[in-house]
Amino acid sequence: MSPTYATLTTAADTHGFLSPTGVEIVFLLVGLVTFGAALVTVTTRQLVHAALWLVVTLGGLAVEYLLLTAEFIAWVQVLIYVGSVVVLLLFGLMLTRAPIGRSPDADSGNRWAALTVAVASAATLVWVVVDAFRTTWIDLDGPAAGSTRVTGESLFQNWVLPFEALSVLLLAALVGAIVLSRKAKAESSSPSVNSRAETGSSPSAPDSRNHPIGRNGSSEGTEPAEQEGAR
Amino acid sequence: MTTTTLAALVPLLPFLGAAAGLLLGRTAPGFVRPLAVLPTLASLVLAAVVAVRQGGDQAIDAATELTPTGSVPIELALHIDGFAALVAVLVGVVATCVQIYSMGYLREDPRYPSYAALVSLFTSAMLLVVYSGDLMVLLVGWEIMGICSYFLVGHYWETPEARAASIKAFLVTKLGDVPFLIGLFALATDAGSFRITKILGTVANGGLDHPTLIALLLLAGVAGKSAQFPLHTWLPDAMAGPTPVSALIHAATMVAAGVYFVARLLPVFEASQAAMIVLAVMAAVTMIGSGLAALAQDDIKRVLAYSTIGQLGYMTGALAVADRGAAVFHLLSHGAFKALLFLAAGVIIHASGTNSLAAMSRMGHLRDRVPDAFWTMTVALLALAAIPPFSGFFSKESVLGAAEHVATGHAENIPGAAGWTVLIAGLVTALLTAAYAMRLWLLAFRGRGAEAPDHGRQPLTMTVVLWVLAVPSLAVGAFAYRALPDWFDGRDLAPTLTTSVLGTGVALVGGIVTYATWRHTTAVAARVPLGAVAAHPEGDAAQVEAEAIASHAPVYGGVAYAPDPADPGRLLLGPLHRHAAVGFHLDAVYRTLFVRPVQAGASLVRFLDREVVDTYVRGAGALPRWLGIAVRRAQTGNVQTYVSALLAGTVVLAVAAVLVATGA
Amino acid sequence: MHLAYPAVLSALLFCTGLYGVLARRNAILVLMSVELMLNAVNLNLVAFDVWLSRAAEETLHSGQALTLFTITIAAAEIGIGLAIVLAVHRNRGTSDIDKLRDTAEGHETDGPDHDAPTAGQAEKAEATA
Repeated sequence: MSPTYATLTTAADTHGFLSPTGVEIVFLLVGLVTFGAALVTVTTRQLVHAALWLVVTLGGLAVEYLLLTAEFIAWVQVLIYVGSVVVLLLFGLMLTRAPIGRSPDADSGNRWAALTVAVASAATLVWVVVDAFRTTWIDLDGPAAGSTRVTGESLFQNWVLPFEALSVLLLAALVGAIVLSRKAKAESSSPSVNSRAETGSSPSAPDSRNHPIGRNGSSEGTEPAEQEGAR
Repeated sequence: MTTTTLAALVPLLPFLGAAAGLLLGRTAPGFVRPLAVLPTLASLVLAAVVAVRQGGDQAIDAATELTPTGSVPIELALHIDGFAALVAVLVGVVATCVQIYSMGYLREDPRYPSYAALVSLFTSAMLLVVYSGDLMVLLVGWEIMGICSYFLVGHYWETPEARAASIKAFLVTKLGDVPFLIGLFALATDAGSFRITKILGTVANGGLDHPTLIALLLLAGVAGKSAQFPLHTWLPDAMAGPTPVSALIHAATMVAAGVYFVARLLPVFEASQAAMIVLAVMAAVTMIGSGLAALAQDDIKRVLAYSTIGQLGYMTGALAVADRGAAVFHLLSHGAFKALLFLAAGVIIHASGTNSLAAMSRMGHLRDRVPDAFWTMTVALLALAAIPPFSGFFSKESVLGAAEHVATGHAENIPGAAGWTVLIAGLVTALLTAAYAMRLWLLAFRGRGAEAPDHGRQPLTMTVVLWVLAVPSLAVGAFAYRALPDWFDGRDLAPTLTTSVLGTGVALVGGIVTYATWRHTTAVAARVPLGAVAAHPEGDAAQVEAEAIASHAPVYGGVAYAPDPADPGRLLLGPLHRHAAVGFHLDAVYRTLFVRPVQAGASLVRFLDREVVDTYVRGAGALPRWLGIAVRRAQTGNVQTYVSALLAGTVVLAVAAVLVATGA
Repeated sequence: MHLAYPAVLSALLFCTGLYGVLARRNAILVLMSVELMLNAVNLNLVAFDVWLSRAAEETLHSGQALTLFTITIAAAEIGIGLAIVLAVHRNRGTSDIDKLRDTAEGHETDGPDHDAPTAGQAEKAEATA
């Protein structure tokens, strides 16, 4: 790798940080939006808003993928993350009866420790990354590195075995989700009917919740299947 | 079969019976009683056959060396002379009687199987001691008896008295056994062998280098086993065991072993004049002290226990004047009547529901409830008091005669002082013996007051044995004193006129004085009600006895004492009574001299261990404990905290790794 | 394009997700933050793959293939994770992570930790509710 690295450094000498290209400007702007959305996601007190800001973050990332010429991954990102994962999370929020509106206790008492750790690790990572790659230049010209054709070829020529193994993993996840939701139904059917009237914060009746969970399991099962099919 | 084979079977059969009883006791309860009685009975028959074949002739000697054992060889040896043959018969008779009696006495006891097996083992050990021709093999039986007595005395281990008594019996006899063992080694080193015949040969040739030292060391063990002063204190306490065990220990085994041992090795003791004097003084103190103590005891069995000590004093007295024929003669007759006394006392305790003489003296018609025990006990008490023509008279006269023989200077190389000591002490003891025998009889059978409770007839196994033992108590002495010299050393055992008149006279005086005192005090008895009986009079004899023992101290204020103003012994002894009741404070002296210092040392060690050693240990443990508490506080259960700490550590490590890698 | 731009963005996103994982109380928000961290890794993978596919001879597009695998696994993870959160919510009546303290030291006995008993009582109250 070292000779390659050496040639790249010489090639990168011609590009400075003070004279950005158009792509770089777009990347920076979109990156700022993404990062800002991510910050709002982890700090907002409105839980549903967090999920919506997560959509912005993930969408921004999809745009970044496009800017990096990885178009197939960008569409997969939109399809799976924006399309299904966020929907799943929203379902989850609703099923756990998350309060709509501002909730004062969205952050735990661990916040300051978390902030310290996060800032420290961010500083470390940024320092290391900038120190290591400040002169490295990505050549985005030429044929796209992540077009559907190129990705499909590499996936089905070189990565077939992990791909198939992954399908087994998805199957296991599907079965696991069904088993978890089923078992929960059998356990919680009797006691919660009485207790519901006594406390306002008690979970809702089992029947009203178990069906959506079943749907969750199936929808989550179908989406990876779509995913496989899309590839 | 040869006589040797028969003799080897005699100790072996009860041993096998004991082993089988211990193994089968739980799984096959039906075999326990046959296994207890039949081997003992068989060994009695074999012992009798051996005695007949030996016939008082030349001693039978047989030895086999299993394996070389260093400098002094240890051999499985038999040495059967007239003494051994007759003592073995006595052991067999008493053990058989005790086993049969125990079948009735402990008929509902859940621990009967182990009890019977231990009695068999005890018998086997005593027979081994009797027949053994090798001192090491003798010591094996000697020690087995010690451990068996521990278990048997502690048979009622639910009661604290029995637990204490068993430990005391074990420790006190063991205290004597240590010097005994050293003495045996010294003897064997001088003689070059553990064989009795060789040792006696060495002594005859004057080959012993330290006769006094050896004799005194051996005497310590003998005093422990035979309950002689000053190691006699375990014997009265051992009354906390079942009555048949008392009969076995007192009549034929354990305590007889010490006397028998000295009789076997008498030439060793004769070699040292000092030892003979010590033996005589020991016998005299034991005799008189135990006679006085017996007169003050309230527990019927403790009276008998002190009388045993006194009679053993007669035997050691006979040995002190070097007449082992008289000693073993008294051992035989005493074995018969003392076994009878104890077994009859067991019947009385069962019938009256108490072991207190004070309580019995307030019961009317007790003798009508137990006619067998009354008649046989009367016979045995007459024998004990040495009234002619009962067997005790002849054996005691032989002792007194031997003492008189020495005192008047007819014996060479035995100091006349020993003879005088034994003679005078023997006469005083004859007086005391008659007095306490009379007191026992009067208080037990001539009580006045409420009717004794009626539990129906005693079991046949218990009453028949009494009559069997009454025969030798009644008649053996008169026939034996002519026949026995053939079996023994050949010295005449016939009573002499002087000692007979003197001994019988003082005995009669003792009896009459006691009777007169009793007539005087008995009027008081009605005015002072006293007594308690067992809570379960319908239970078997062992249960009644255990309850009587357990309740004696709380009811009467002491295991040996009752505040009974109607007791003739109180009037006879006067101010001495208070001291005699507690055995002349010997236990208190031992407590001050030995128990207290040991306990003080133990508490000092405990203090050092708790306060000093443990302080360091706790100090060493404090730092890890504080660290542990600190670490434990971190376990809040909040997963996010854990992950935060984990990642913080990761960041620090990563920064450190980067800094090291960049050389900063 | 400088590689530093996507790399720094990726690092910042990762640490944002990290903060969310450590600081958020609601389990579903924690799952969202986990998604953020995964996406930061994905961005890194894609950026380096694009760089290396031009610079090196043969990379097999391993970065992009791994990105696809990560996305798949993330989808499976979010499904299972949500099922678990729902099961917990149903049993405990809460999906707050800092109230699930069954593993705390002195949870049932009176230990030196003063927070644990109160938390335990609160949990028991919820469990009985």
